[in-house]
Amino acid sequence: MKINGGAKRLTSAYQSLTFSRRMLIAGGTQAAVGAVLVGRLGWLSVAENEHYQLLSESNRVQLIIVPPRRGWIVDRHNKPIAINRSDFRVDLIPEQIEDTEQTLKTLADLLELSVDDVDRILKDMKAARGYQPVQVAENVPYENYAKVVVRLPELPGVQPMRGYSRFYPDGPAVAHLVGFVGAASAKDYERDKNPLLITPGFKIGKEGLEKTLEDRLRGTPGGQRVELTARGKLIRELEPKPDRSGNTVQLTIDQGLQQYAARRMGDQSGALVAMDVASGDLLAFVSMPAYDPNSFSDGIGRTEWRMLSESDHFPLLNKVAQGLYPSGSTIKPAMALGFLKQGVDPHRRVHCAGGLKIGNRYFRCDAVHGSVDMHQAIERSCNTYFWATGLITDPGLTTEMVQYLGYGEQFDLPIPAQRFGTMPNPDWLRKKYKREWQGYDSANTSIGQGYVLVNPIQLAVMPARLASGKLLRPRLLMGGKREPIGNLDVDPAHLEIVRKAMSAVVNEHGTAVASKLPLDNVLMAGKTGTAQVFKLGSRGHQSNWALRDHALFVAFAPAEQPRYAIGCIIEHGGFGASAAAPIVRDSMTFMFDQHKAMETLTALEQEWGGTLAERNARRSAAFEAAAQAALKRPA
Amino acid sequence: MISSAIIPQPLARLPWRLIFLIAGIAGIGLMTQYSAAGGSIRPWALRQGITFILFLCLAVVMSWTKESTIKSLAFPIYGVVLIMLVMVEMLGFVTKGAQRWLDIGFIRLQPSEFMKPAIVLVLARFYELLPVGDIRKWRAIWPAGLLIGVPALLILVQPDLGTCVMVVLGGVTVMFVAGVPMRLFLGGLGALAVAAPIAFSMMHDYQRKRVFIFMDPESDPLGAGYHISQSKIAIGSGGIFGKGFLNGSQSHLDYLPEGHTDFAFATMVEEWGLLGGLLLILSFAAVIRWGMMVSVHSRSRFAQLAAAGLSATIFFYVSINLMMVMGLAPVVGIPLPLVSFGGSAVMTVMLCLGLLMALERQQRTTSKLA
Repeated sequence: MKINGGAKRLTSAYQSLTFSRRMLIAGGTQAAVGAVLVGRLGWLSVAENEHYQLLSESNRVQLIIVPPRRGWIVDRHNKPIAINRSDFRVDLIPEQIEDTEQTLKTLADLLELSVDDVDRILKDMKAARGYQPVQVAENVPYENYAKVVVRLPELPGVQPMRGYSRFYPDGPAVAHLVGFVGAASAKDYERDKNPLLITPGFKIGKEGLEKTLEDRLRGTPGGQRVELTARGKLIRELEPKPDRSGNTVQLTIDQGLQQYAARRMGDQSGALVAMDVASGDLLAFVSMPAYDPNSFSDGIGRTEWRMLSESDHFPLLNKVAQGLYPSGSTIKPAMALGFLKQGVDPHRRVHCAGGLKIGNRYFRCDAVHGSVDMHQAIERSCNTYFWATGLITDPGLTTEMVQYLGYGEQFDLPIPAQRFGTMPNPDWLRKKYKREWQGYDSANTSIGQGYVLVNPIQLAVMPARLASGKLLRPRLLMGGKREPIGNLDVDPAHLEIVRKAMSAVVNEHGTAVASKLPLDNVLMAGKTGTAQVFKLGSRGHQSNWALRDHALFVAFAPAEQPRYAIGCIIEHGGFGASAAAPIVRDSMTFMFDQHKAMETLTALEQEWGGTLAERNARRSAAFEAAAQAALKRPA
Repeated sequence: MISSAIIPQPLARLPWRLIFLIAGIAGIGLMTQYSAAGGSIRPWALRQGITFILFLCLAVVMSWTKESTIKSLAFPIYGVVLIMLVMVEMLGFVTKGAQRWLDIGFIRLQPSEFMKPAIVLVLARFYELLPVGDIRKWRAIWPAGLLIGVPALLILVQPDLGTCVMVVLGGVTVMFVAGVPMRLFLGGLGALAVAAPIAFSMMHDYQRKRVFIFMDPESDPLGAGYHISQSKIAIGSGGIFGKGFLNGSQSHLDYLPEGHTDFAFATMVEEWGLLGGLLLILSFAAVIRWGMMVSVHSRSRFAQLAAAGLSATIFFYVSINLMMVMGLAPVVGIPLPLVSFGGSAVMTVMLCLGLLMALERQQRTTSKLA
């Protein structure tokens, strides 16, 4: 270096200086970066420690929801109406599965899953997050369940479990009363984002009481806190939070009567409501035919659904809550009470020559009754008497009395989607159709036709109020606050006249003498009704079932000291006396002598070809076979 | 010296403080490997320990290499590594896939790893050969640019953004301390700001995604932002004293991905807390400072530049990994040397340290002679 002259030496010194300066900058930069790193480390682990500790903990610990057991629904004697049955189910946890395709193939094989099922599982698996299990199958038969359990070591992520499913011992008999349960829909989940709703095997009430009493029946879910790996492997279970079963709900229903009435209805389409005359408790709430809520709760098959929705007996329709029918002559006792209140003399006689001309139209009575007073007019259901009396009384006051006794009234019951019908009156007519009440309106109304539409609950409330003289309101739930029941604002003597006439309907020369109770010491009082479906004037036998008249019967018993009231409608049953009254008679008999009532039923069922369950099974089998045949035909 | 009377001279002359530091860091690494495996020396800790000891021996042996030997080998080594890089690229082209290593029977060589020290040596040699007065001239710049650019490009298309960045940074550091005009670096920074969007458009999808996620890791905590989110959770939840050895839930329950490799620091800090993290950072700082002091005390220009570049390589290794793990840099796949599982990072760092030790021995012996 020394050889190269001064200028170079200067540059050499300069170079050394530059190097030192640059090294200082480099070292300083490194130190600065180091300081930033240390600062960042301190920030994360001290300042943000709490935040990240929380995140780490929520990573580590996850809650597996344990669905609560649904509360029972029992009848007034604590007999079960809706209970839980233990069953086997298979779930899987997507994160734990090693070979999805192989696992699903094996499961489909063992559990006899259809292609649709597998598609559904694959879809659910995509949607599931974290430890969220996906349902493979529920209600698995024990043999299949055992097959899965045996092969568990080669099926990581598959969870055979014991669960509970809803069971309705009476099946279709209680279908329209309690409704059914089912898995929550996507919409339900969107609404309240409750993770319980998407827990496999958890069901919510979808219809009937199951739906309206959801809050009381659901219970509180428990949770198993577990430590999980990111892949969903269970490390250990931490302290669990126990679930609390839903509350048992006691109904006013008498399970025995409910089931009896449902069976007694046979294959007819109709509704029957029974009421305790002392309290207003509903004892039976029957709409037949009905679907089997058990199969709805398990997920209904396509064939069964088609069979139900195609039937002309509308098994999917809750006829008690939503069926509306012309009341027919069942309105007459109430009309009579209205006449009495307006001062009509019960002994006033009207001559029935087989009809009456009102205005320029001739109304035809069912028969030539001759001279009748009020008692006979109710007993023999003489229309002429009511038409004639209707013309000399105030239609507003008469219809008010009918309404007062329950027709067209709205009741507060825990039943979703009720319809209450119409009890027309002059004011209503003015408002609705902008016209004045005419004589023929009185005529139509006094025989329960025209605008009159009632529901089956009202059919039970009316005789119950007449029988008790109290302003009874129907109840379905036991317990809770009871409102005091007031007396009807009616002269007891008037009530007595009507009751006597209703007793005569069944026990003397009335329209329902064939339906006298087969009991020595109990008399039933009632009133038949026949509601025209097709058109006036075509009464009598109709070969087309769908055009036949509706048969109605309202009753209470015992006639002297009433305890029970029943209203019944049989769709297209023909005359009230022939179709509805016998069913009411037998159901009423059941309340006093179960043995005798069962004998009648057994004989009838033999005639029909088996019990309700047997006939149902046979019908679905036939339908299934027909569906299969229809499927094969094009091939 | 008294010590030389008792201990054999060759041993006494080893830089023991440095070796203890490195062994300490490796020890922390082994404990982390042990914990990440759920309290087992398999499959990582044992292998890592053996690898470390082998490369430590190699580094110690290397420390006897003469500076002149290193100097003369700088260009040949660079050439060989460059050829290997080209071969990897050709192999990748043939197999139609990304290829980063050469399989030569008994060992898989990752040439890009060798390029990290090689680029430093070759540039140090280049600037040593460059006449003193030429440092501010154009000819001081373009050959260096070429020397860096060619391998960097080859590594970038592998694609291995992390290693590419490290090679460039190592080379640029040597240029910087060599005294290339400052305005060049300031201009370079400016150009980088301009070029960033262009580079971004040329990136692979997964690289782009990483950049996005670096900007906002919480935007997709279960998807691609998962790594950074979980790593921050692990570090943050450790607190000052940590959750205790073998008690890190993030790593043990597999929430922290790559807990034994790239994110080993997070695994360690979760269990040992801020204190453990500080200890590790300070240990690395001491190692780097030692390397920088070797550079400062060097008498030859080659040793100065080489030592500064090698130290910088270790520095970039450590700092980029830590920034990545703590959410300050995008996830580019750079391991934490000696702590993360994996032989190549250990090898590179030990090569750097071996060279540094050789240079340090040289300055001691020469200084004695002087």
